[in-house]
Amino acid sequence: MSYLQAQNLSLQFGGLKAVNDVSFSIEKGEIFTIIGPNGAGKTSIFNLISKFYRPTSGRILLDGQDVTDVPAHRIAEFGVARTFQNIELFENATVLQNLLVGRHRLNRTNLWQELLFLPSVRRSERAHRRRAEEVIEFLGLEAHRDKLISGLAYGVRKIVEVARALCSEPRLILLDEPSSGLNAEETDDMSFWIRDIRKELGVTVLMVEHDMSLVSKVSDRVLALNYGKVLTTGTSAEVQSHPDVVAAYLGA
Amino acid sequence: MRFIFKTDYDQDIDLAPHTGYFWSYGLLTAALVAAPFVFGNYFISQLVFVFIYAIVGVGLMILAGYTGLASLGHAAFLAIGAYTAAVAQKYGVPFPVYFLLAGLLAGLLGVLVGFPALRLQGIYLVIATISMGLLVEEILARWESVTNGNEGLRVKTAQVFGLEMTRDGVGFYFFCLAVLIAVLLMAMNLLRSATGRAFVAIRDSETAARSLGVDVASHKVKAFAISAAITGLAGCIFAHKMSFISPEMFTLTLSIEFIMMILIGGAGSLHGAIFGAIFVVMVDPFLTLLKDDMPGLLASAARLVGVGADNAALLQETLARWASAAGLKGAIYGAVIMLFILFEPHGIYGRWLKVKLFFNLFPLYKQATFVRQKTYMKSERGR
Repeated sequence: MSYLQAQNLSLQFGGLKAVNDVSFSIEKGEIFTIIGPNGAGKTSIFNLISKFYRPTSGRILLDGQDVTDVPAHRIAEFGVARTFQNIELFENATVLQNLLVGRHRLNRTNLWQELLFLPSVRRSERAHRRRAEEVIEFLGLEAHRDKLISGLAYGVRKIVEVARALCSEPRLILLDEPSSGLNAEETDDMSFWIRDIRKELGVTVLMVEHDMSLVSKVSDRVLALNYGKVLTTGTSAEVQSHPDVVAAYLGA
Repeated sequence: MRFIFKTDYDQDIDLAPHTGYFWSYGLLTAALVAAPFVFGNYFISQLVFVFIYAIVGVGLMILAGYTGLASLGHAAFLAIGAYTAAVAQKYGVPFPVYFLLAGLLAGLLGVLVGFPALRLQGIYLVIATISMGLLVEEILARWESVTNGNEGLRVKTAQVFGLEMTRDGVGFYFFCLAVLIAVLLMAMNLLRSATGRAFVAIRDSETAARSLGVDVASHKVKAFAISAAITGLAGCIFAHKMSFISPEMFTLTLSIEFIMMILIGGAGSLHGAIFGAIFVVMVDPFLTLLKDDMPGLLASAARLVGVGADNAALLQETLARWASAAGLKGAIYGAVIMLFILFEPHGIYGRWLKVKLFFNLFPLYKQATFVRQKTYMKSERGR
């Protein structure tokens, strides 16, 4: 049984079929990449899985459970975390506060306890703080811990977003163009981290990516998409040499 | 200079980052406790108003400053608190009970307003809260059997466990101070735990908050409820301080005054609520000064530099006319808020932080530290 199964997903905006009958399945512990030209529907698939959009038809199964009708704020409970293409961090908060919001789904204290800051709240805050620190160490963010996001460089923000997603202890992480806007060195770091996320944390990775060198370095399988339709699925080398994919990128 | 060397996670959780805080806030508390024994009635009365406004400020700050939901209807929550006190008194409900009831009822109204507010953003939410304020004001004026309409209600002196707490007495002053401190502590506790962080997350990016499992709808309603409940408590105190309440005390103007308090004090900080309250309460004495003393003083100054008696009298008369012009208060508010937006968008608290940093860095402060960037890339606009 695959970990994530997308069955005949379709998403229609009026007459436009952004996602057209897309099916794929991801195994546990896999790094799965979706590629495709601009406007192919990659981010739409992400938004379908993270429930910002409801599919017009089709089903999404996560670990055997049907999550097609789960509201967006509850998908985190199923162990799904995501990053955004145009960084969506909490600008006027520190890195640490951002990471702690990532811990939100694991919080069990209620409003009354928090207003009085009972010892139980302090214990839970300490635990969250420790887990956040582990992620900080994992991604090497120590130097930026107490800085405001608004003062951080783009490359660092990108990493903070991954860190925030990891703080929610996901089983599936969706990375929307993790290397966009990063330089060669940072992209290299990112590829190591993506592999570490799988290897050390055991998280399944689904990503959208344009940088083919990064894609072939880290992905187990690649899905090529164009005009909302699946062109082909396979290893990075297979997909890159597939005639339909070449045609989609180069024309012909 | 001070470097905070962190060795324990508790240092990030505690309210005071270093021991200096105990000294400064301890001294402030001691000064406020000593104040009624040192200063006269007028000053203490003004301080009580600062406390009341500051409580409202904290409530509104949680909603507008931290959750990013602007409300121009907070006078209505204040009114609910005040009328709860006045009406409950008629039925002989004891003070501690109706004080809490005032917060509870205002909080319930906050929930009621919070639900439609889920679908509204920015300016539309402002319009919705304005209409809520107008509705409440109208209901208070028309529901004469309960509220006595436009004739208003008297509010008797509060009885706390058999003791009278007169509105100008020391007991009342300490009660207000205690409520303010309690509200501040609870707000700080809230902001350093999950709910408060979720509020900030909603303010900065609803999308990201939702993807991390924050139930945006329920947190917005919570923010409204907490904010309204705190304002309701302030309303109960306000009613006792005024000893008479009527619908025209809770108009849109008061709501605007509250939001001004947030903006001028510094949105997004609890300090801002306090600074803003001090500013708003100081405006009235300042206006009186302007009206009563300024024309005469300037005219005598003009006489001293050799202006003729006739001209000096004319000057005095003109100045007096300007100073007592209707709407001067609004004009001053408008001017002050424009100056703040232009030169200090983070309000008085922003300036406070800069002064503090100056002393923290003392010999190393660079003039360029706070030079504001005046040009923006397209993608940075609207920040």
